[in-house]
Amino acid sequence: MTATPATTATQTSGEPILSVRHLVKEFPIYSSGILRRRIGAVHAVSDISFDLHPGETLGLVGESGCGKTTTSRALLHLQPATSGEVLFEGRDVTKLPKRRLRALRRDLQLVFQDPYASLNPRISVHEIIAEPLKIHGLYGDGGRRAVADLMRRVGLNPEHGNRFPHEFSGGQRQRIGIARALALKPRVLVLDEPVSALDVSIQAGVINLLEDLQDELGLAYLFVAHDLSVVRHIADRVAVMYLGKIVEIGPSDELFERPLHPYTQALISAIPIADPRRERERERIIVRGDVPSPANPPSGCRFRTRCQKFATLSEADAERCVTQEPGLVDRGLGAAHPAACHYAETLRVL
Amino acid sequence: MNGTPRFSSTPTPSSAVGQPVLAVQKLTVDFPTPDGVVQAVRGVSYQLAPGEVLGIVGESGSGKSVTSLAVMGLLPRTARVSGSVRFRGQELIGLSDKQLAAVRGRKIAMIFQDPMTSLNPVYKIGYQLAEAVLAHNDVGRDAARRRAVELLELVGIPFPEKRIDQYPHEFSGGMRQRVVIAIAMANDPDVIIADEPTTALDVTVQAQVLESLRAAQAETGAAMVLITHDLGVVAGQADRVLVMYAGKPVEIGLVDDIYHAPQMPYTLGLLGSLPRLDVRSRNRLTPIQGAPPSLMNLPPGCPFTPRCPLAQSLCEAREPDLLPVAGESHFAACHYSERLRGHPDPAELFAQTADDTHLPVEFGARRAAEAGPAPSDVATMEGALDRGDAEDGEEEIL
Repeated sequence: MTATPATTATQTSGEPILSVRHLVKEFPIYSSGILRRRIGAVHAVSDISFDLHPGETLGLVGESGCGKTTTSRALLHLQPATSGEVLFEGRDVTKLPKRRLRALRRDLQLVFQDPYASLNPRISVHEIIAEPLKIHGLYGDGGRRAVADLMRRVGLNPEHGNRFPHEFSGGQRQRIGIARALALKPRVLVLDEPVSALDVSIQAGVINLLEDLQDELGLAYLFVAHDLSVVRHIADRVAVMYLGKIVEIGPSDELFERPLHPYTQALISAIPIADPRRERERERIIVRGDVPSPANPPSGCRFRTRCQKFATLSEADAERCVTQEPGLVDRGLGAAHPAACHYAETLRVL
Repeated sequence: MNGTPRFSSTPTPSSAVGQPVLAVQKLTVDFPTPDGVVQAVRGVSYQLAPGEVLGIVGESGSGKSVTSLAVMGLLPRTARVSGSVRFRGQELIGLSDKQLAAVRGRKIAMIFQDPMTSLNPVYKIGYQLAEAVLAHNDVGRDAARRRAVELLELVGIPFPEKRIDQYPHEFSGGMRQRVVIAIAMANDPDVIIADEPTTALDVTVQAQVLESLRAAQAETGAAMVLITHDLGVVAGQADRVLVMYAGKPVEIGLVDDIYHAPQMPYTLGLLGSLPRLDVRSRNRLTPIQGAPPSLMNLPPGCPFTPRCPLAQSLCEAREPDLLPVAGESHFAACHYSERLRGHPDPAELFAQTADDTHLPVEFGARRAAEAGPAPSDVATMEGALDRGDAEDGEEEIL
């Protein structure tokens, strides 16, 4: 992929707050034995690029092992990228010295998936939320009040600040995690599966909270999730990942109503809808097999081994999928809606 | 769906026309703990007609899994089980392990959530399949092996003759779950209980497994109890749905009635809090305020009262029974379910209680008895107004 991918600016024509360019993350595989030579690599993220604009929500979806969590970790430099750039307001996160990186993390915060594992069980909720303020030397005199405000802001009772994480339910813990992420007034929140550990009735409250916070504080979200229904609800734009690559990116409604890539089409059609009448009428695309190993991805298009479209192509056409990797470029189908498929075409699956 | 036949959509009122294959009556399960007794299941009754699919939905801790473990007699000895579970008239509660062994796997089969833990990692797939066949049939090893290959083929595993000599770790998650399904159908059971069969799987794999499950059901003609927290999966698979809350069924009915005309506020609330894939909407979701109650020392009255927008003083005093609401196949446990008739919009109903700016009720605590927002509760009032605006927003069903 040499050409800069067609990044989109749907609602914002201004500068992106976060730009990812040709991001690659590989995990080496070593041989067993004494020498432990490097014999290969797991290509977790293979050359992805996208932009995030101020105040927007970009949904990053895909199945387990597609590299979405690795991407979110690489953005914050929690796991250094193998190559590529992550530009936050023009500065490359991957090349910053440690001291500068800490300053940058004020603007770029992460909310974790598991509200049980991501909170220290031995310190009180007040201390958990105050911790980032203290680390950055901002606690001072007003710290106590700032923490109480944050708790109120995320729908928790500030009087419960001296309680410990185990005294809260899953939804309330996730709110604590959000309050902690908001403490430094960041401008970008990376949310890694923030609601997938919660029951539906609780999940809805946390989604509403995230929407409110975005409206009030103008935050940009990178919302990583495997639940497409949640992503459709919250995201302005959606990027679909498969085996370390973005296969399709576009405005949310456009992508769900007119998906171009066969994988996106299969993914959307596989999701059950909570409406028995609609479920009975739906045609389901069932893709065969399982996701190939990222240590040894297929040549050409990575989805071709499972692709329902590939199976229908003539031998000459199919050859192209095997030898030539499709770029994530505009296919002249829909506005600002690039797809990485040689034979992309619109298919309504909802 | 997709051309595959759906099984026995004939309504099955509880005054069952034919003989039910499985009849559960007033099943309760208590777990004594040092802190008190946990009432995990507090009186579950349902009947399963031959060939029917009953979906059991509920959130974590609602007792849906414990109910099925009790049916199979798989609970630990510390559990106190009472009530009745009849399989074709034969009482299962109180049977010894030896007596139950004739039923388990042969008449009632179970599929668990995690296929890695329900398969034995040190035995080949073929051995484990043949084991299920040999346990209940007087056939030779060769016949059992032939049956094993046939079963793998039925659930859609490619190259079954080759795969049969592999170990579970050589299979992917979805493949393993299909092996578990193959084992469950090995003896042509009359009832298959599937406990969250697709929860650990990715969506495209979930679609494959659901297809295998349908194939298994078509092949055996078994009735199925499908336990899941995913309201989407149930919508596509079940004929009837049972909704559980705090260890009790709160609503049971035909799948269309439950989704399109729920008669219990909890069911309505669940549907309202679910983001929909097929709805283009910037509307807010309507969560249910608070959290499910602790099953230890439940107060009297309806356990949903602290979270319920319809709650009155009667709800705190007396727990409602599961009574017929509309037609003979639809039952709900709510004193005021008639107020839900013609009130399909959860957003409106849950508006006053669901708002986020409202301070959450303490975990497990009960809401103060006073009805209506206190005058000082400005945040709540604002929230209600916000929601009013949102309702006017666009909502387009594709």
